Amino acid sequence: MQKEFTSDQHQFRQSLARFMQAKSTPVDVRRQMLTEQGYDAEVWQQLCAELGVAGIHIPEQYGGFGFGQIELGIVMEEMGKNLFCGPFLASSVMASSALLHCASEAYKEQLLPDIAMGVSIVTLVLDSLDGPEDVGSLLHEDGGVLNGAAKIVLDAASADLMLVVASSSSGLGLFLVKANDTGVNVTSRESLDPTRKLSEVALINVSAQRVGDVDLGNLQEIWRDCSVALAHEMVGGAQHLLTSTVEYTKLRVQFGRPIGSFQALKHRCADLLMEVEFARAATYHAARLLDAGNAAGLAAVNESEAEVYAPHMAKALAADTYCNVARAAVQLRGGIGFTWEDDTHLWFKRAKSSEVLLGGPDRHREWMMQLIEGEVS
Amino acid sequence: MNHNDIKQEVTGWLEQNWSTELSLLEWRNRLLEGGWAAPNWPVESLGRGYSVDETQVVNDVFRRLGIVFASQGGPRRLAAETILAHGNDEQKQRYLKQTLTGEHAWCQLFSEPGSGSDLAGSSTKAEKRDGRWIINGQKVWTTSAHHADYGILLARSDWDLPKHQGLSYFLIDMHQPGVEVRPLRQMNGHASFNEVFMTDAEVSFDDLLGGEGNGWAVAASTLSVERRGFAQARQSGISSVERVGRVYDEYEAELAIDNEPYTWYPQRQGRVDLVLDRAKKTGAIASASTRQEIAKLLSMKRASELAAEQAEATRRAGTNEIIPAGSIGKLAASVIARQAAHVHTLISGSDAMLSGEHSAESGMVAETLISVPAISIAGGTDEIQRNIISERVLGMPKEQRSDTGPFRDIKRNT
Ligand SMILES: Cc1cc2nc3c(=O)[nH]c(=O)nc-3n(C[C@H](O)[C@H](O)[C@H](O)COP(=O)(O)OP(=O)(O)OC[C@H]3O[C@@H](n4cnc5c(N)ncnc54)[C@H](O)[C@@H]3O)c2cc1C
Repeated sequence: MQKEFTSDQHQFRQSLARFMQAKSTPVDVRRQMLTEQGYDAEVWQQLCAELGVAGIHIPEQYGGFGFGQIELGIVMEEMGKNLFCGPFLASSVMASSALLHCASEAYKEQLLPDIAMGVSIVTLVLDSLDGPEDVGSLLHEDGGVLNGAAKIVLDAASADLMLVVASSSSGLGLFLVKANDTGVNVTSRESLDPTRKLSEVALINVSAQRVGDVDLGNLQEIWRDCSVALAHEMVGGAQHLLTSTVEYTKLRVQFGRPIGSFQALKHRCADLLMEVEFARAATYHAARLLDAGNAAGLAAVNESEAEVYAPHMAKALAADTYCNVARAAVQLRGGIGFTWEDDTHLWFKRAKSSEVLLGGPDRHREWMMQLIEGEVS
Repeated sequence: MNHNDIKQEVTGWLEQNWSTELSLLEWRNRLLEGGWAAPNWPVESLGRGYSVDETQVVNDVFRRLGIVFASQGGPRRLAAETILAHGNDEQKQRYLKQTLTGEHAWCQLFSEPGSGSDLAGSSTKAEKRDGRWIINGQKVWTTSAHHADYGILLARSDWDLPKHQGLSYFLIDMHQPGVEVRPLRQMNGHASFNEVFMTDAEVSFDDLLGGEGNGWAVAASTLSVERRGFAQARQSGISSVERVGRVYDEYEAELAIDNEPYTWYPQRQGRVDLVLDRAKKTGAIASASTRQEIAKLLSMKRASELAAEQAEATRRAGTNEIIPAGSIGKLAASVIARQAAHVHTLISGSDAMLSGEHSAESGMVAETLISVPAISIAGGTDEIQRNIISERVLGMPKEQRSDTGPFRDIKRNT
């Protein structure tokens, strides 16, 4: 299993970092967060065309680049550092994961290439974002017609297509719906994190095609892949905030000296560095395990078999870390940190939002324990 | 004094004087004449010299009967208590009455862009020119400045003295051309604090409080009043008595203005009051790990109240023990608020991503999550409270100072 980034991966990260620094400055982010779609379609297209991010991890046979969770993680991490506004998580991560795990061959071939190009924005409609066990109680299919609602859907306002997980007489299924079909009602919801656009989606007698079967097992796989991707975003955000906060403590003077010279602040930053390093290590490790598992067929990899809980460990650590760093980032700036004008709150709110998306740390630690117990017994 | 006698006296007086048809000002002036506006203040300064317990008896009667209190909203109390403690007779005459009646609103002009935790590092200039003080400089994070008639102002009157010695404390008229107030928006969207720019603003010699060069001692007493306030939850003045009549209408109008900057303050305290109901309503109370966190929160909250009560009892007993309640109370409030935000997040799960009217508790949970960071900054940061507790209460050795000698030579933000 890979332990280090390859030089290609390093270069890819650098290209992304350059793009983000140029196109996703706090000024850009503030502009986008006030719009309904929440992102600049031109910049998104440019990012997809120049760096191929939208299909980075989608297999080549479906029009992607065929890289894995590691490269996907690199994208998420660099986006997280710069709070990139775009439908990447919704479309490339969540919707494609659902397709890859659940859809029939024909639908994969039909839908994935456009996602991989970034030309089609697809969002995954789940009636719970808390955990796989909770999915399927509010959305139902009967005779090819969907009814029900999902309270929180990412980027539904900009999606062309929706993939809906709904219960049916033959178990859970994955259903395809056009966003502008009659009966599809998208209502924007105010979001704690204005850089992440959320909507409520209500379906009233919407006819839909069944693109595949879903069960708890593949919902767990979707959760696992997406959680690892999200953990990368959080590690990136946490790193950004820690760096900028440490810089601030070196410049700000109180009591005749830089506040960074006070041991209370040094110790806090040192502890946070440890947390960030742990979260990062766990997150990279989880991505590598997933890639190794996917390459070999999960069960065939001894190493990965022993740590099936790694994705949950990563998501929980990254979430706690990001929130802790974000709290410190506000606190160590004092009054300035609590203003709208200062950028810190943008990351603070993202930290909060990502903490609970796909289950909070408490849920992930519970799954981790269940998997560890399962291995033991 | 015997508590029953007090109760009788105040009740009798109210029977003669209280009327809901009075204007708010008429009522408050009666309160002052009767000596009931601030019974704990000395007899020669509008009060009756009552102890804490005795004052409580009066307050209880007021609350039970739904009587409108003297004005204490916003930073008024800080100003009034400081003037009471440090003002000369003429200053008390000039300011206390109209502060208690509510005619004068105040703001606290302490923090500056360059000096927040290090308040004594103020670099706002106060110079004597043409028979008055001329003030130049900038203040920031000034809550309620947009509603204030006067400000309590800390400024530097001597740059050659060590920093704590060169400060003076002024009462400044906010309604003058040299004072400009600009609102500052906060991360939770509210704009309760301001930047205040002073450009050749004027203060008369009579409005220097506590003597030239004595500003730090005066400011310290304002801060201790403020810290005590943090631990106490805001008490609403009046009971459930039906509020009909002119005095109530005018009082409501005053409250609406006074409280405007503070509508989110309960949220920054963590809204512990919402926790149990929400946990039951959402079913989160069934989760073993969430139950643990709720129990921790409720224990912290209750224990901090008990500690405050015990400290208060010790204080009343008049011992000479150092009572750490002030700084501990402020630090406790911020620990509790953080734990409450954590618990609210656990209860909400992914719904914590939502905000606004249609989210949990009409948006109050979301507002809590993004307001809690203020409580560990406002009124002295957690770090500063910990320094105070360790050095002054525990008597641990002080940090080596880097800010001695003439103020003009001390390293500052540029
Ligand atoms: C909601 C709100 C309302 C406010 N209202 C008012 C008001 O009405 N009037 C007013 O005058 N001010 C007000 N303030 C300002 C508040 O008092 C200051 O923000 C606070 O004292 C911190 O100062 P600062 O912002 O300059 O941060 P700094 O002092 O620059 O602090 C930055 C960081 O350094 C740390 N630090 C500083 N010194 C030390 C040390 N010696 N040891 C360890 N750590 C240290 C701090 O704890 C903090 O984490 C308000 C602030 C807020 C958030």
